[in-house]
Amino acid sequence: MIEVKNLYKSYGRADNIIALKGVSFTVNDGEIFGVIGPDGAGKTSLFRILASLILPDSGSAIMNGHDVVKDYKTIRQIIGYMPGRFSLYQDLSVEENLKFFATLFGTTIEENYHLIKDIYRQIEPFKNRRAGALSGGMKQKLALSCALIHKPEILILDEPTTGVDPVSRKEFWDMLARLKEQGLIILVSTAYMDEAGRCDRIALIKEGEFIATDTPQGIIDNYSGVLWAVQGSRMSVILHELRAHHLIKSSFAFGDKIHITVDEGLQAEELKQYLINKNFEDVNVFPIEPTVEDCFMALTN
Amino acid sequence: MRFSENLPVKQKDFKMKQFIAFVNKEFLHIIRDNRTLLIIIGIPIVEILLFGFAINMEVQNIKVAFYDPTPDSVTQGISERIKQNPYFSNMGNAQSMDEMEEAMRKGKLDLAVVYQQNFQENLVHSGQAAVQLLANSSDPNRGSIAATYASAIIAGYQRDNMDLVQIPFQIQTENRMIYNPLMKSSYMFVPGIMGLVLMIICTIMTSVSIVREKERGTMEVLLASPLKHGTMVFAKTIPYMVISFIDFIIILLLSYFVLGVPVNGSLILLFLVALIYISLTLTYGLTVSTLVDKQVNAVIFSAITAMIPVLMLSGMIFPIDNMPGVLRSLSVIVPARWFIEAVRKVMIQGQGFFMIWKELLIMIGMTLFLLLLTVANTKKRLE
Repeated sequence: MIEVKNLYKSYGRADNIIALKGVSFTVNDGEIFGVIGPDGAGKTSLFRILASLILPDSGSAIMNGHDVVKDYKTIRQIIGYMPGRFSLYQDLSVEENLKFFATLFGTTIEENYHLIKDIYRQIEPFKNRRAGALSGGMKQKLALSCALIHKPEILILDEPTTGVDPVSRKEFWDMLARLKEQGLIILVSTAYMDEAGRCDRIALIKEGEFIATDTPQGIIDNYSGVLWAVQGSRMSVILHELRAHHLIKSSFAFGDKIHITVDEGLQAEELKQYLINKNFEDVNVFPIEPTVEDCFMALTN
Repeated sequence: MRFSENLPVKQKDFKMKQFIAFVNKEFLHIIRDNRTLLIIIGIPIVEILLFGFAINMEVQNIKVAFYDPTPDSVTQGISERIKQNPYFSNMGNAQSMDEMEEAMRKGKLDLAVVYQQNFQENLVHSGQAAVQLLANSSDPNRGSIAATYASAIIAGYQRDNMDLVQIPFQIQTENRMIYNPLMKSSYMFVPGIMGLVLMIICTIMTSVSIVREKERGTMEVLLASPLKHGTMVFAKTIPYMVISFIDFIIILLLSYFVLGVPVNGSLILLFLVALIYISLTLTYGLTVSTLVDKQVNAVIFSAITAMIPVLMLSGMIFPIDNMPGVLRSLSVIVPARWFIEAVRKVMIQGQGFFMIWKELLIMIGMTLFLLLLTVANTKKRLE
């Protein structure tokens, strides 16, 4: 179990860059907890504090009974940490990297092979290839194998899927789901809102603050307001037009659609006619279910 | 706590395995990086060839002493002229040849002026007298220039007095270069190159290899593991220590077989000197690594604080005695100065342990100081 209370962290000569402004949360055993937010929101600072790599200015974090400041030596034995950047030795082969990290934690590949079997099997055919020559997805699999080889109690993964192709991203989350079944606590951060659904619970982080902590469904259920999608050609011109409309509260480009929140008074058919009158003939307006990203946008606006 | 169940029993074994795995990893880094390999093998060879041509320089503050078994007006006249010359500084009169040689061996003397017995008498009766100039050519440039200056002064004295008394006489000067009779400049630069190459390999390579881990983010993973910082740092130094010894042997072989520089003293003692200096420069590399975060800064910092002083202030190129006072005092803190002095004494002059203990002690002291500084600067975390 992880108990985090009121963590503060600031950087800079005059402590003028505030990374964390009083973050609190708990994570239960066998849970995947996602910290979701844009770059620079404070995710890496939070994870580094939990990995005992930096000190918080104030507040506390207890992981499975060990304080991240006082008991940092124990923390470093029970966690598996994967930094945001690929941090293995690029000039060593896949197998050499794994062997090195196994020895570092006082174990061997053979002893704990069962833990990483699912993941390592996929890169084992390339075990003599240098880590630097692997694809993004394979690098992540190797990094995860290295973080798991010593049978950690808590996995801390800082943006593990950044720069990884969509297929490998899906595979990666499938692996985390299987690891969770073995009772591991998994703490994972991401800037991809669509990955939120793979977590048991998520925290939305913005500018060093948790703006919501709940299950992904709980966060969506809490969404209040009317959400529509607008579809059509000449999207950027439409977006411009929508932003000028006085009954539309917000509008964001969202893949091939525009998501808009509107005043209760406006009807979808009414808006469609309005846009057709403005010479956007092929336009379509329809209500949609909110996603985590819509919730994030609503909460931060 | 699953991890702690069988830890105490395995602890020692586990630490040793960690250490070996780390040393092994470091060797792999070196072997797989062609540029590093090129530097390691290329530097000693290139340096030896580069410095093959010595640079001529003005020599000042030549320490001179006189041995005059039968003082008379002519010998005193010559001695007085040498003493008054601005290039010489008088170290006094010796009572015996042994005393003179002893002073020279200790490096307290650059030039000895030895007069023949009954100098004036010989000059008056036979019109000929001999004076011997013994120059210390451990530094060949300095030795030869000292002897040339003294010969010129004696010739001047002779010329002046010939005019006055109208007696045709001749003073013969005989120059003898000791310790380096063939006046090879290689005798001087070989110890310097050893000092330089070991400094480059140990300080720059070690600091860069640690800083690289910081820059590439692998330090983050290492810090988040149970690896002790001391184990890591010690493991980092091992491959560079091995490589330094290989380079030291390469230079020694090149010097001996290609340049013909003799090894007059004990080879074991020479290796002891090298071991102490290598430890010192490795420790300095560790100190640098605690001060910078980027590889390029590590190189610049090492170059400015380690390489340039070796070139400028160690006595490798510019004799320490010719330096202005401030620089001469500054040279005291340059590790290579003590290494070069010790190597010259052992390798060229063939002296024993009791003539170099001071240099060794200074280097050991410097190592301990830097070690304390490194430990004090070492961080358990990222910031």
